Amino acid sequence: MTLLQVSGLESFYGASQALFGVDFSVGQSEVVALMGRNGMGKTTAINSVLGLIRPRGGGVRFIGRDIAGMQSYRIARLGIGLVPEGRRCFPNLTVRENLVAAARQGPWTLTRINSLFPRLEERQDQYAHSLSGGEQQMLAIGRALMTNPQLLILDEATEGLAPVIRQDIWAAIRRLKADGQSILVVDKTLAELLPVADRCFVLEKGRTVFSGKPDELTPELQDRYLGV
Amino acid sequence: MSTALIIEQLLNGLQFGVMLFLMAAGLTLIFGVMGLINLAHGSFYMIGAFACAAVAAATGSFWIGLAASLAAAAAAGTLVEVAVIRRLYDRDHLDQVLATFALILIFSEATRWLFGSFPLYLDIPPVLAGAVALPGGAHYQLYRLAIIGIGVLVAVGLYYLISRTRLGMRIRAGESDREMIAALGVDIGTLYTMVFALGAALAGLAGALVGALQSVQVGMGEPVLILAFVVIVIGGIGSIKGALVGAVLVGLTDTLGRFLLPKLFTVFLGPADGATTGAALASMLIYIVMALILAFRPKGLFPATA
Ligand SMILES: Nc1ncnc2c1ncn2[C@@H]1O[C@H](COP(=O)(O)OP(=O)(O)OP(=O)(O)O)[C@@H](O)[C@H]1O
Ligand SMILES: [Mg+2]
Repeated sequence: MTLLQVSGLESFYGASQALFGVDFSVGQSEVVALMGRNGMGKTTAINSVLGLIRPRGGGVRFIGRDIAGMQSYRIARLGIGLVPEGRRCFPNLTVRENLVAAARQGPWTLTRINSLFPRLEERQDQYAHSLSGGEQQMLAIGRALMTNPQLLILDEATEGLAPVIRQDIWAAIRRLKADGQSILVVDKTLAELLPVADRCFVLEKGRTVFSGKPDELTPELQDRYLGV
Repeated sequence: MSTALIIEQLLNGLQFGVMLFLMAAGLTLIFGVMGLINLAHGSFYMIGAFACAAVAAATGSFWIGLAASLAAAAAAGTLVEVAVIRRLYDRDHLDQVLATFALILIFSEATRWLFGSFPLYLDIPPVLAGAVALPGGAHYQLYRLAIIGIGVLVAVGLYYLISRTRLGMRIRAGESDREMIAALGVDIGTLYTMVFALGAALAGLAGALVGALQSVQVGMGEPVLILAFVVIVIGGIGSIKGALVGAVLVGLTDTLGRFLLPKLFTVFLGPADGATTGAALASMLIYIVMALILAFRPKGLFPATA
């Protein structure tokens, strides 16, 4: 079953167009990778899905409903959990408060988050601004999971982190996948991303230029679309 | 100068401070959380006082009047937030000041139109009439003590709301990243309306409580508004604890200054000059205190965000 279906998406920043026709979809219990070089429109696409940017063309459907143009809190309540680029934890709230502030009923509880990320439990009464980058990333993931989303969206969740911490984050993503969580991942480390992804979409200059299985993304294609 | 007199002045200062706290609490939340300077906050104070006086006169019950003051101020707050204030969150402070100043004029004229230019009077409810004996042989108005009690209750309640409840967490989260808390499924727009209405209701409560001590008239809110701004700047914008400490500090400084400074200067300058110099200095005293505090702590006593 298709959870999220994005077709022909067009978005603008003021007068300048950033997306010219983006297509991708995420199915139930599927891990989908959204790829592309810097500035190709991945974050813009995600923000357009969540209503943080109002798309001007194309369609966004989530569980069969047209969500393009809806207010972002309504979209999130339908079951999308965002782990945004740059983490954006609430610095003036404690770790625990960050987790429970927007929590919704479902299988994910504080106890389960604490077993996924034991470091968060150790720091539960600390303010988020005092956490390390890796801990903030875990907090941002935990915070999104606490809303019990049908679809989890991770935008650059391993960027700028020490290798050990990146491994912790990837381990958590693999565990979520094993539990059947549907995930849309944006990440630049192909070595870890490709093995975990069921399908891939590549964006170039605001358009989808490739879609297929990870093994169809040949080294030549990787070089053409993702190489530096 | 007897101890009884000093205790009375201290309590007067405390009561004044508590009343300022009720005004400042809403102002500091609205400024701190939503980044909005609301000059019309004094209008809610006036609306509360008029609603209480009018309803108490019509029903014969101060308490129904008090309930009406909360309802009227909260309703006015909700209306204003939805119709005007919402459009101002993303604008700069000058636009906010202009628009909310216009609201003062609108509310004042509307009140004059409804109630006329003569002040209304509100009686202290019979259960709270009379005085209590204090140590040192003094007697103090029970009603003023009740105001102090109500202020303390509101302070505790608000502190609990902001620091312990999920609603409070969401308000604080919105303070640091409004877009993010919305992206997690929280209807931050409605939350802001609620916070604004709560702040308005507290200002209305202050107006109603003070209405029984002074006359209820158009323009009564603005002098209090200015003091409430002094309070939140001293306390640290956005901090409930800061608003409480700042309000009590301003209340005590102002009351005791007006009481003691003329006496003090009389000693040096003689009765005629001493009294006028003392009184002049007393009316400046809270601003001097504010300047001193800001010189050492530019963000106020309790800066809200760490
Ligand atoms: N706030 C903004 N205002 C104007 N233009 C923007 C804004 N944010 C992004 N853009 C432009 O939109 C295009 C797509 O940017 P976007 O952030 O979506 O790319 P991305 O694929 O997420 O890149 P990265 O890998 O660096 O995160 C870029 O050309 C960028 O310059
Ligand atoms: Mg990006």
